[in-house]
Amino acid sequence: MENQTPILSARNLHICFNLRGRVLHAIRGIDLDLYKGEVLAIVGESGSGKSVFTKSFMGLLDANGSITEGTIDYFGADDGKPVRLSALKKEKDWLKIRGREIAMIMQDPMTSLNPLKTIGDQIAEAVEIHQHLKGRAAREKVLEYLRDVGIPDPETRAKQYPHEFSGGMRQRVVIAIAVACSPQILICDEPTTALDVTIQAQILELLKEMRVKYKLTIVLITHDLGVVANIADRVAVMYAGDIVEIGTADEIYYDPRHPYTWALLSSMPQMGVKGEDLFNIQGTPPNLFAEVQGDAFAPRNPKALKIDFVKRPPYFEVSPTHKAKTWLLDPRAPKVEPPAVVQRLREEGI
Amino acid sequence: MADTEKEVLLEVKDLEVTYGTGRKKYRAVNRANFTIYKGETFGLVGESGSGKTTIGRAIMRIIPTSGGQILYKGQQINGKISRELDRKVIKEIQMIFQDPQSSLNERAKVSYIVGEGLMNVRPDLTPAQREEKVRQALLDVGLLPEFASRFPHEFSGGQRQRIGIARALIVEPDFIIADEPISALDMSIRAQVLNLLRHLQQQRGITYLFIAHDLSVMRYISDRIAVIHKGDIVELADAEELIAHPIHPYTRSLLSAIPMPSPRRERGKQLLIYDPSIHHYDTNPPAWRQLRDRHWVLCNEAEAKQWME
Repeated sequence: MENQTPILSARNLHICFNLRGRVLHAIRGIDLDLYKGEVLAIVGESGSGKSVFTKSFMGLLDANGSITEGTIDYFGADDGKPVRLSALKKEKDWLKIRGREIAMIMQDPMTSLNPLKTIGDQIAEAVEIHQHLKGRAAREKVLEYLRDVGIPDPETRAKQYPHEFSGGMRQRVVIAIAVACSPQILICDEPTTALDVTIQAQILELLKEMRVKYKLTIVLITHDLGVVANIADRVAVMYAGDIVEIGTADEIYYDPRHPYTWALLSSMPQMGVKGEDLFNIQGTPPNLFAEVQGDAFAPRNPKALKIDFVKRPPYFEVSPTHKAKTWLLDPRAPKVEPPAVVQRLREEGI
Repeated sequence: MADTEKEVLLEVKDLEVTYGTGRKKYRAVNRANFTIYKGETFGLVGESGSGKTTIGRAIMRIIPTSGGQILYKGQQINGKISRELDRKVIKEIQMIFQDPQSSLNERAKVSYIVGEGLMNVRPDLTPAQREEKVRQALLDVGLLPEFASRFPHEFSGGQRQRIGIARALIVEPDFIIADEPISALDMSIRAQVLNLLRHLQQQRGITYLFIAHDLSVMRYISDRIAVIHKGDIVELADAEELIAHPIHPYTRSLLSAIPMPSPRRERGKQLLIYDPSIHHYDTNPPAWRQLRDRHWVLCNEAEAKQWME
């Protein structure tokens, strides 16, 4: 990451949902710069707000949700003018962003394709709308995209329907549709969770190729730290509506600082020692209907400090690219050793 | 431990399962052979459509078999069996399902979901005794007894999976078939459920058939692993042996795809893609061969030679 030009910035972002008169504070003050050309992985449990956060980039929040504070700015537009996404209200304005600037791939390739239209038609739709091609030119382009995403025999496949494709192939089609919009940013929401392990690895490879070929900035959302080690330049760990730690992939895997990141790494079965218990995180994520006191992870952290329950930690910088919200990084904090798995990983990184 | 010292719990011999009839026949499982010993965790790994779930269901007698034998404690349990044996099998073999969202009856309270099996297996119990058993089963899986009066929608995914486990445990089974019990769960919840399953095994000596598509989980939980591809079991060995010395190219490709939480190792990763057309099985059919100590592979002679080099 030599030249770090932000393509999207969120500043002090708060998102709330109204649920039958009660307010759910889903995103609690996120600051994030997304750099042009990088792959940023957002990792967190279900309910941590990772999907809500990225949906807000595209104006796809449910009707009862809204940005209550803070801003999102997009700097990738053709005319070079920044666009304040958090201020967009009209559907018409969003249509200029969706697909064209920021595209999204959903988790389940079974439900994100239209079962009544052929694969070719579905890709052609994106090509026609976003690249203004028609007829033969559009069809040529469709075949090109199908070839790009590694679908053999595209002439025949383009005439087939989604049900004739396997899960991995469908996800490839969804990726083809997304890149056919020629976006700047591609948001992938758990793109491989529904797929087999071998297919999962192939889809990640494909995303890497697409990123180079189409100069994409990729945001990859997942709950599995193992999956993103391969592809991510930077990793952001989310917990209870906040990014608690962010750094380059090497920093997060080999030198994690936040107890929640430790816990996530230690609970992976890949790292488990046979016959020994896996580390497990006690308790449940905090109730976001209520105001969270102090460090949101403190109640589940057996080694939490007293201050963790009282005051919310700010970001402490570990390196220019690595920061974490934990009081452990405060100079006055006692020294707490990370768990064994983290130390094992650290040795691997040296 | 030598194989002979261990007590055989379940033996599957030349099992064949086909779906459909006549020209539409589809062979989902093709001559599967394996033995599960008492108290062990036997892992069955394969991708979707490989027939791993079909094997589990065939053992549970949910799906009829079309060939071969399934022996449970020495007695054949597939095909036509006596009523008595059927009851015994139902009591002693239980199943844990993949998706805790759809495997619990939304309209029933937890007390009914967990206690339902008892009405069938232990008709002698009074409602009060049954309730007591439900309480105990909930405690065993780390839930509060008060949860008995709630409905499934009030629980998180991990808690629901625990309810599913409690339901299986309450009839005191000897053998549990766990069909992808953790793949629908969050990372941190996975660890909880895996630990719970392991503890229950230690306390009660339950035997597991653990079905999953993820070799990394298998390595951690299983004693022995069988790899299944398109209805054929292609490799079977002790877990550590299989991970350290995979022989069949399909197993190798599965292993190469395991995501590791280590960027440096991942960057140097070579993804192996399995191409079934490398086999020449029409001219030289494969057989089940032991290539290393307690390590079986489906291959023909030429392949055995080539792969062992």
